[in-house]
Amino acid sequence: MNLTLKIWRQNGPTDKGRMETYPVSGISEHMSFLEMMDVLNDQLVRDGKDPIAFDHDCREGICGMCSMFINGEAHGPGRGVTTCQLHMRSFKDGDTIYIEPWRAKAFPVIKDLVVDRSAFDRVIQAGGYVSVNTSGNTIDANAIPIPKPDADEAFNAATCIGCGACVATCKNASAMLFVSAKVSQLALLPQGQPERDIRVKRMVEQMDKEGFGNCTNTGACEVECPKGISLSNIARMNRDFLSASLKGE
Amino acid sequence: MSNKGLFPTSLSKKYAMAATGLFLCLFLVGHLLGNLQLFIPGAEGKEAFNAYALFMTTFPLVKVLSYLTYFGILLHAVDGILLARANRAARPVRYAKENGAANAGWSSRNMALLGTIVLAFIAVHMQNFWYVMHFGEPGMYSLASGEEVKDLHQVVMDFFGPANSMAIAAVAFYLLAQAAIGFHLWHGFASAFQSFGLRSAKYTPWIERVGQAFSVLVPLAFAVIPVYLYISQH
Ligand code: HEM
Ligand code: SF4
Ligand code: FES
Repeated sequence: MNLTLKIWRQNGPTDKGRMETYPVSGISEHMSFLEMMDVLNDQLVRDGKDPIAFDHDCREGICGMCSMFINGEAHGPGRGVTTCQLHMRSFKDGDTIYIEPWRAKAFPVIKDLVVDRSAFDRVIQAGGYVSVNTSGNTIDANAIPIPKPDADEAFNAATCIGCGACVATCKNASAMLFVSAKVSQLALLPQGQPERDIRVKRMVEQMDKEGFGNCTNTGACEVECPKGISLSNIARMNRDFLSASLKGE
Repeated sequence: MSNKGLFPTSLSKKYAMAATGLFLCLFLVGHLLGNLQLFIPGAEGKEAFNAYALFMTTFPLVKVLSYLTYFGILLHAVDGILLARANRAARPVRYAKENGAANAGWSSRNMALLGTIVLAFIAVHMQNFWYVMHFGEPGMYSLASGEEVKDLHQVVMDFFGPANSMAIAAVAFYLLAQAAIGFHLWHGFASAFQSFGLRSAKYTPWIERVGQAFSVLVPLAFAVIPVYLYISQH
C-alpha cells in the first residue's frame, strides 16, 4: 500500500520543530508500524537525508519504548497494543497518517519522535520501592501468605511498562494512571505496608513537581493503556493519599 | 512535606473540586424543590412562593446554608480555573491531530467550558432575582401572616411573562444553562466519587446510573419552569 506520512521533525531539544510530509510506497499490511518506519528511514538514508529518530527496543510490547502518537491516539488506533504491536492492516491504501511525539511538559522532546521520560524514573525514585533488610537475615518473600485476589490485583498493576501512553493521551497530560499503578503494586502487598503512607505522599509530590497535569477522570488513559491498567488504581491512590494526608505528619 | 497555599497538591485540588461539586448537587435539589412551588396556580401559589422566599432570606440555618453555597460556588470556580490552567500548562505544545472522541466522552473533555457557561448563568440568574430581592424595589405583597414582603413571585412571573420584551431570550438562555449543567453533571457526578477514591466493582455502576439520572432529571425539571411560566402567560 501507498501512504502519506505527516511526521514531527525536530533537530534537538531547542529546535522549534515542524510537521513534514513523506510519501511511502510498497508497504505490506503484514508489517508492524515500526517496520514501516524502518522502510521510510532506509529510503531517507539512501537519499542522504537524516532518518527519523524514534524510540524502540523489544518490538514485542514489553519494554514500552515505542512512543508514537498516531492519528490522534497514543500507539495508534489499536487497543491493548503498543506501536510495535500495531500492524499496517489497521490502515488503508492511500491513508494519511499523522505521527507525533508524546506531548507533555514533563516529557521534553530530545529529537523528532524521541522524548525524555526520566520524569517517570524520578517518580519511582521518590517512593516506588520497599526497603528490605539485606544484612543476612532477609525474609523469603514467599513465606508471607498473600490472598490470591490481592496478589492478582498487585500483579495487574505491576504489568505497567512505563510507556507513558497514559500521559500522552490525557488531555491534561496527567500521569495518574502510571503513578497509581506503581503505588498500587506495592500498596496491595504486605511488604508494601510499612511505607504505604509516605510512599503515596512522596510519589504524588514528585508527580506534581515534574509538571504533569491533574486528573479529570476522563478515562482516556485506561482506554489507550497497552496493558489495560484500570482506573481502580487511580481510585486506590486517591484513597491512600487522602488517608495519609489526614493522618498528617 | 511542603504544604503551601490553599491546595498544596494536585490531589487536594481534586478533593476540593469533588466536595464542592457534590455539595452543589445537594443545593440544586433544595433549590429545585423550592422552585416547584411556581407551578401552584393563582393566589395560593403567590402566597406559598413569597412565604417560602421570606423563609429562605431570614431563617438562620438557611442563611448559613446560603453562605456555604456562595462560598462553595466560589471555591469550585476558582479551583476549576486553577486546574484548567495547570492542565493547559502541562502540554505547552499541542498535537497537530488529536482524536479525543476515540477514548473519552464529550462531557468529560469539556468540563471547564461547561463550568464557564454555568458560572455566567449563575451571575445573570443572581442579577435577575437575587439582586432584585436583596437590593431592588419591586412591588410589595402582604402575606397571610400580615407581614409585608417584596413580591418575588411577581418578579419571576414578569421576567418570563409579557412584561419582559426579552422573555423569549431569557427562556432560551435558561434552557442553554440547564443543558450545560446537565452535561457538566453527566460526567461530574460520578467523577466526584472517583476523586475521593470511592470505586468498587459493586457500587460504581450504580453511582454512574444515579449520576446519569440526576444529570438528566434535575436540569430537566429546572428547565420546565421558565417554559411553563412563558407559555402560561402568553
Ligand atoms: C450548579 C453548579 C455546579 C455543580 C453542581 C458542579 C458539579 C461538579 C462536579 C460534581 C464535578 C466533578 C468533580 C470531580 O471530578 O471530582 C465538577 C467538576 C468541574 N467543575 Fe463544576 N459544578 C458546578 C458549577 C461549576 C462552575 C460555576 C464552574 C466554573 C468554572 C465549574 C467548573 C468545573 C470544572 C473545571 C470541573 C472539572 C475539574 C477537573 O476534574 O478537572 N463547575 N463540577
Ligand atoms: S499505565 Fe499503561 S499507559 Fe501508563 S505507563 Fe503504564 S502501561 Fe503505559
Ligand atoms: S518496542 Fe518494546 S514495547 Fe514497543
